[in-house]
Order: sequence, then structure tokens, then C-alpha cells
Amino acid sequence: MNDRDTVIKMERVEKIYRTGELVFHALRGITLDIRAGEFVAIGGPSGSGKSTLMNLIGCLDRPSAGRYLLAGHDVSMLDADARAFARNRLIGFVFQGFNLLARTSALENVELPLAYRGLGAKERRRRAIESLELVGLADKLNNTPAQLSGGQQQRVAIARALVTDPKVLLADEPTGNLDSRTTEDVLALLQRLHREHGLTIVMVTHEPDVAQCAERIIVVRDGLIGSDGPNPTPRRAELNTGSSSPLLAGSA
Amino acid sequence: MGMWWMAFRLALRSLTRNKLRAGLTVLGILIGVAAVVAMTALGDGASASIQNQMGALGVNLLWVFPGSNTSSGVRGEVGSRPTLSEDDADAIARELFTVQAVAPVITASAQVVLGARNYATRVTGSTPDYLRVRAWALSRGSPFTEADLRLAARTCMIGETVRKALFDQGDPIGQTVRIGRMPCTVVALLAPKGQGSFGQDYDDTIVMPITAVRARLRHTPGREVDQIMVSVREQDLMARAQEQLTALLRQRHRVADGDENDFMVRNLQDLMATLERTRSTLSTLLLAIACIALLVGGIGVMNIMLVSVSERTREIGIRLAIGARSADILAQFLVEAVTLSTIGGVAGLALGVGAGTLLGRAMEWSVRFSPTAAVIAFATSGGIGVVFGFFPARRAAQLDPITALRHE
Ligand SMILES: Nc1ncnc2c1ncn2[C@@H]1O[C@H](COP(=O)(O)OP(=O)(O)OP(=O)(O)O)[C@@H](O)[C@H]1O
Ligand SMILES: [Mg+2]
Repeated sequence: MNDRDTVIKMERVEKIYRTGELVFHALRGITLDIRAGEFVAIGGPSGSGKSTLMNLIGCLDRPSAGRYLLAGHDVSMLDADARAFARNRLIGFVFQGFNLLARTSALENVELPLAYRGLGAKERRRRAIESLELVGLADKLNNTPAQLSGGQQQRVAIARALVTDPKVLLADEPTGNLDSRTTEDVLALLQRLHREHGLTIVMVTHEPDVAQCAERIIVVRDGLIGSDGPNPTPRRAELNTGSSSPLLAGSA
Repeated sequence: MGMWWMAFRLALRSLTRNKLRAGLTVLGILIGVAAVVAMTALGDGASASIQNQMGALGVNLLWVFPGSNTSSGVRGEVGSRPTLSEDDADAIARELFTVQAVAPVITASAQVVLGARNYATRVTGSTPDYLRVRAWALSRGSPFTEADLRLAARTCMIGETVRKALFDQGDPIGQTVRIGRMPCTVVALLAPKGQGSFGQDYDDTIVMPITAVRARLRHTPGREVDQIMVSVREQDLMARAQEQLTALLRQRHRVADGDENDFMVRNLQDLMATLERTRSTLSTLLLAIACIALLVGGIGVMNIMLVSVSERTREIGIRLAIGARSADILAQFLVEAVTLSTIGGVAGLALGVGAGTLLGRAMEWSVRFSPTAAVIAFATSGGIGVVFGFFPARRAAQLDPITALRHE
């Protein structure tokens, strides 16, 4: 395995939470390799440490012990500003609750990461539009989150995650707030981005049905990796007929 | 630079979303800045008008009025017996080495007529030294002379306001106007002195030989005068001159030891000091209002920013997650606080100018607005934004991204 292809490399990573007197070992030694172009699902029971792991992978937090290399850089000891830089350049986040800025248009939401990169307005706009086109929302540029359906909001969030051209897309229960129909839409989009653009995706889910769409499935149990193996026959998410997106419809 | 510009745009957006809240929040700062602006305008106006007054009235001036000093400050009741005369003036000029020039003064009101034009003004009767005492220059012509004085000559010097009322463009010198019933030749035009700080117009006057006024306008026999104006040689000699003058007049009027003076001596410094005291009382009051209002305003800004930070915790989490540094968040909220309070400052500037003008007009005090007022308004309100916005902004910047994202 070529090291340069390794996007995420974790060695005996631990996370210990301290709340007052209480010490909680949320991750107890995670060793993990994810290479460029993989589509990984992380499953496991509630409270097993999936989100904790995602936060570490996404440089939102620092491991208590162990080593973590992101795209070849050791990020385990970085300070807050350096982690912010890493999040801006290397990571794209998608959350369960969409986490778009309210009363702010889809276009501006997608531009935001580029603004923090200090990019000029024109370039920002161009790339944001491109990204929104990619998720099939070219006709909703000026809609605010309140004027979008849940599935559309999650697609805006995906566009925002992709606009920085990240090394890896991290999605923590991206379909958790969606009904089964829009869940399929979002999964189909992720599969297409993975297939056509070679996007590396790490997705947390506790729905087996959703996990089945990935090519590799990791199960976390009690802060440890319970199982890790390929999914030789990923389920192809089906786009629902009547989907509003011609682009998605075209690629289905 | 980009960071600040972005923060500024975010601030404007956030503030326009909460216009009412922003408006109420800046009220304190608005009032505080308005008070500061009004105060400096009045202060500047005061010093300008005091200088103006010094120039207009003549430097190192003493006034002597007849009458007792029982009601202090104001010119007291004129005694039944006239107490000041031209002889007193002569004696002061003759005997006091500290004195530079002396001018006895009587005044009368009169209609001045030229052809079809008609103007009511105040006529001052005095000696040629009057110009020296009042440090009054002529813009045209030459003053009446000692000979005019002796002969009660019908010559006059007119002020600029009188000239405007009677003459158009033509040269008034040598023209004859009628004052009351007396025809009178204009020999000089007094240089304009402008407005006094009590709102009076110095140029609305005519100066004539005291003898002519007495004979033709007042018809009072004898040598009584309404006041004597005395200019002292040097500033340092003022107290000395006042003492000597008092002693001299007491002796001349035969005031017994222990009895009250039958005249009053006033000096410009006293007058100015009274004026200055009133103004500084007002200034202190305004300053106190300003400080309280600014403090309250600043706390209001801090409060609303804390509310804003906690309302927008999730937004902060999102921004952090997609790559904002804590400095970006700090900038965002600090700039919002500064923008908020600066808006208050600008509104306060407008209010201060308005209120200062009205106050000045109501009290007949001159106000002067300088660019300093605008600078002060900006600096104070901006400074308050920085000081009171820093704590909330820092709180926002120190949020942990995960905690912030989980908020609500
Ligand atoms: N900030 C924290 N302080 C203390 N304990 C924490 C903190 N965050 C998470 N934990 C604990 O760590 C454990 C793992 O939490 P985590 O959120 O990673 O679970 P999860 O696998 O994502 O669960 P779910 O499927 O319900 O989202 C939980 O027992 C949780 O209580
Ligand atoms: Mg979770």
C-alpha cells in the first residue's frame, strides 16, 4: 500500500473525557487506515464512540493519546488555529442536523469556507455555483435554508463540504434527519460523487441499510474497532422518481 | 484586511436583522456622545466668546458705576444723589499712575434719521479716549477731537449696524444725519466688533462727545455720568488700580470710614469669571450625564453582545467547523460591537449638534462646532465598542467547536 494514498492513518488513538471527577475512556486504541478514494461506513451501537472518532478525524478535537496522520501530516498535536486550517483545507463536514447558517442563502453558505480561506468574491462565487451544480441545486442558489427541504439542505451542506476540494468528506449520520426517500437521494449523490469524482467518504450511520451503500464497513464497539472489512457488494442507492434534480436523475 | 472587511459586512447584516434591538442598545451611547459633543461645542464657544469679549470690551478694563453695592452682581439701585461725575473721571486720569485712559460715559436712546430712513439706536456720549479704553478701531474717518468735546460739537462716530441701516454703499463720512432733533456730522465709522457673548450687538451704537449728548439728548445739567470706564496700564496692575481707584473715589465722595461705597467697581475678569462659572457648571453637568450614559451604553452593548453570542453559539460552531480561526470569530463579534456603538456615536453626533445649537440659542451663548467633536464622537463610541465588546467577543472566540455545534 502506497503511503501517499493514505488519507487517514490512526495508530492506537485514544480519547479520554473528563467531566469533573469522572474519567471516561471514549476511544481506547483505534488503529485505522483509510486510503484515497474509499467509501467507508462506520457503524456501531449508540455511545460506542463513533462521533468521537469522527471529531478526531475531522480535527475538531485532539486525541488524548496515539498518533493521527491526515494526508501525511501529523495532526495529533496541532493547536486550535492549525486545526482550523486543516479543517478548512483538508476536511469537508456534513452533519446530521445540516448545520447551515440560517437566513443565509445557499450560495453564501457554500461560499463560507472559501471566505475563511481569504479567496476573492468572484472566485468564491464561481466555485460555490460549481459546487451547487454538482449536487443538483443550481436553481436554488438564493434560497435560504428555511426555503429548502431537508434533503435539499443536506445537499447544500454537501456542496459546502466539497467546495474546498477536501481530501475527505466526513459525514456523521448524514441521513439521520431525513425520511427514507430523501435518504436514498442523498446516498445516491454520495455514491455518484465517490464513483465519478473519486471522493473519499467516511460516513457514520447506525442504519445497516445505509451502511450497506459503502464499500467498507467499520464497526465500533466500546471505543474499539469491533470489525473492519470490505463490503464486496455495495447496495446501489436508488433515486426516487420525481426527484427535483435533473442532474441526479441523469446520472441514475 | 479581508478578515476585518468580512467581519464588518457580517456585522451590518446582523445589526440590520435586529434593528429595534440595535436601536435600543445604542441609546445610551447616543445620549452620551450627544452630551460630549454639546459640551465641547459650548466649551469651545465659551472660550471663543470670552476672547471675543476681551477684544470687544478692551483689555484691562474697570467700570465704575454710581450707586451702592447692596445687590451684588447686578448694577445696584442708583442712589437718590448722583454720585459719579466727569470730575471723578478727570481725577482718576490725573492721579492714578496705574491708569492708562479714562472715559466718562453717558448713554441715551435716540432715533437716527437720514432722508426717509429711520433707525433707533443707543447713543454713547464720551471723550476721545473712549476709543482707547474700548480698544476700538475706526474703519474710516477720524475721531472727534478735544475741541469738539469742549464745543459740544455735533459730530458722531457710527457703528457698522447703524451704517447698514442708514446708508447703502455710499461713504457715510461727512454726511449729516439727524439724531433726535439734532443734525450731526458723521466723522468716523467704527470698526465692526460683532456680537457680545450675551447676544448684544456692539456695532448697534453711535458715539458722540459727552457734552453734545448731555446738552441735546439728555438735557441734564451738571457733570453726572452713567459710568466711568477705566483702562489699566497692565494686567498685573488691575488689583492695585482697583484699590487706588476705590480709595480715591471714597475720599472724593467723602465716604466715612466703615460706610459703604456709593459707587461700584467692576472688572472684566469678575464678569468673565461669573460667565465662566455658569458655563463650567453646565459643562460638568453634561460631562456627568455623558459619563453615565456612556457607561450605561457600554454595558448595554456588552449585554446585547453576550446575548448575541449565546444565541449564535451554533453559528459559531459551524464557522469553526468549516475553518474559521478563533481570531476570525473574535473579529466578527468585536467589529459588530464597534459598529453598533459607532452607529450610536454618529447618531449622538447629530443629536449633540442639534441640542448644542438649541441650547446655545436658548441661553444666548455662542456655540462652536469643531471637527474635534466628530473625532470625539467616533473615538468615544468606537472605544466603548472595543472595550465593552471585547469580553463577549473573546467568549465567542474561545468556544470549543464541538460544544458549540451541539448547542441547543
Ligand atoms: N464531551 C464529552 N464529555 C464527556 N463524555 C463524552 C463527551 N462526548 C462524548 N462523551 C461520551 O463518549 C461516549 C461516546 O460518545 P459518541 O458521541 O462518540 O457516541 P456515538 O457512537 O456517536 O453515539 P450515537 O450513535 O448515539 O451518536 C458516550 O458515552 C458519551 O457519553
Ligand atoms: Mg454520534
